Amino acid sequence: MTTPLHSRRQFLQQAALGSALVSYSLPRLAKADIDYRELLPESMTKAGGEFTNYGQPSPYEQQVIRWISANPDMPGNGVSWSPLHELQGTITPNGLHFERHHNGVPAIDPAQHQLLIDGLVDKPLVFSVDALKRYPMQSRICFIECGGNSNSSWRSQPILTAAGYAHGLVSNAEWTGIPVRLLLEEAGIKPEAKWVIAEAADGASLNVSIPLEKLMNDALLALYQNGERLRPENGYPLRLVLPGWEGIVNVKWLRQLRLSNAPAMSRDETAQYTDLMPNGSARQFSFEMASKSLITSPSQGMTLPDKPGIYQVTGLAWSGRGKITRVEVSADGGQTWVDAELQQPILSKAFTRFSLPWKWQGQYAVLQSRATDETGYIQPTREQLLKERGRHGFFHFNAIISWEVSEEGYISHVYPE
Amino acid sequence: MSIRNSLLALLLFAAHAYAESEHQALGRDAGELTQQPQWNLTITPDGRGLPVGHGTAAEGKKIFNHQCASCHGFDAIGGSAMPLVGEVGSLTSEYPEKTVNSYWPYATTLFDYIRRSMPPQAPYSLSSHQIYALCAYILSQDGIIEADVELNEVTLPQVTMPNRDGFSATNSH
Repeated sequence: MTTPLHSRRQFLQQAALGSALVSYSLPRLAKADIDYRELLPESMTKAGGEFTNYGQPSPYEQQVIRWISANPDMPGNGVSWSPLHELQGTITPNGLHFERHHNGVPAIDPAQHQLLIDGLVDKPLVFSVDALKRYPMQSRICFIECGGNSNSSWRSQPILTAAGYAHGLVSNAEWTGIPVRLLLEEAGIKPEAKWVIAEAADGASLNVSIPLEKLMNDALLALYQNGERLRPENGYPLRLVLPGWEGIVNVKWLRQLRLSNAPAMSRDETAQYTDLMPNGSARQFSFEMASKSLITSPSQGMTLPDKPGIYQVTGLAWSGRGKITRVEVSADGGQTWVDAELQQPILSKAFTRFSLPWKWQGQYAVLQSRATDETGYIQPTREQLLKERGRHGFFHFNAIISWEVSEEGYISHVYPE
Repeated sequence: MSIRNSLLALLLFAAHAYAESEHQALGRDAGELTQQPQWNLTITPDGRGLPVGHGTAAEGKKIFNHQCASCHGFDAIGGSAMPLVGEVGSLTSEYPEKTVNSYWPYATTLFDYIRRSMPPQAPYSLSSHQIYALCAYILSQDGIIEADVELNEVTLPQVTMPNRDGFSATNSH
């Protein structure tokens, strides 16, 4: 019975010849007195760090931060931008979700917090946070975008800050909470109710009016963000999540929903978040965030190291009206377009990641992306947007964003001719 | 209870336990709460929610210089915070300015917003009289009201802002 063994050895030798997987040869045995500590990285020659109660990013990732832009005289009024240019995938980590506060982050003890539903209801009801935690919950992955995101793009000169720090007042998370409809139905909705005035328990007592229809449709009273309780800066202990609608109506630190027959005409739905048009009139209640995309890498401030070289052009697309159906990428400022690959999952009113390998030969280039959503709406050029909306809209900027690639490989934000 | 009945009860319980919409109603009666001032902060254009009180522009100027000017500038023309006055009629110009007086459609919103959020380090620290006075001061700067008009819970909703008809509701852009 020696033949099979021999045959097997022969087979292995032949297989080794035919396969790169086992084509290495083992070195002779090492000497007995070798000191592996001189050869191995330090992480392998000592015990590692301790367990942590709550994990933090690697110290080598300390540049991946939100960028804060606030009023020095009123530090609680401002924003922090999500570093979209440093991130991959579609879920924004909780510590990097963008912020917009009107008077700081309130410190709310959930045991003291209440949600009141009143106004045009059969019986006004108040809910404790503990009671709300017993309701059936749903999860929804969706983006939230500030109505003022990309507002520097209304300026006459392109802003030279990193992609996320100009367009990152948008983030994407899995929100878990109670369908608002359940709570409104428990209170009993009177037929004349058309609007709901939502109020926050922050230092601005922020109040805005929301069409009742939206709250009955797909709104969540969120208690959880990416699996954990809401972060204080994202509304702890309770916030509204209105998929696809501008950030301001996704009221954080929610304390009251008052059903009404008319909007309150609060400051944040009249003086702010309205779109001043060229004829001097303003669009109000423009809630739905239109289709938009952004190349996150390569982008403003980055350099292409190899010339020629192959680069993965990647970015995010989203629409407040449904699913993204197509993202095209151009390397010549919009003259020709190529379809990018859309990564799964493609969810309605959520970030969709797109990517496309690009062989750069070293020539001058202008990279752009253009999103189309399931309604057929195509993201406009900046020129088209300004033609329709004028130069002073300030809010709801969703035009194509352009990254110029110089022959040296430097990337900068431009407005194409 | 027979074994058969126990099983039946168990099945019924299970069917209910997994019914999607089944949950316990846990909202408590808020009939009293809804009458309390701290749950009635929103003021609407018809004046609902306005407290009793009164103030004039002269009183308002003193309060403004003390409480507001460090951010909004003396005469409310802007500083680190937005300008509140001037630029009425500028919305169609090459450089439109959105001030309270040029842009805001309702004077009641001014009272609502000041009370709930100004000054930012101490919201709700101003009395109703002081807030009426501040409204009078700001609005009189552009002649929206006469300098000697007293604003109160009746007269404030009667003020017509210059850009009252400047907004149209939309749900697309």
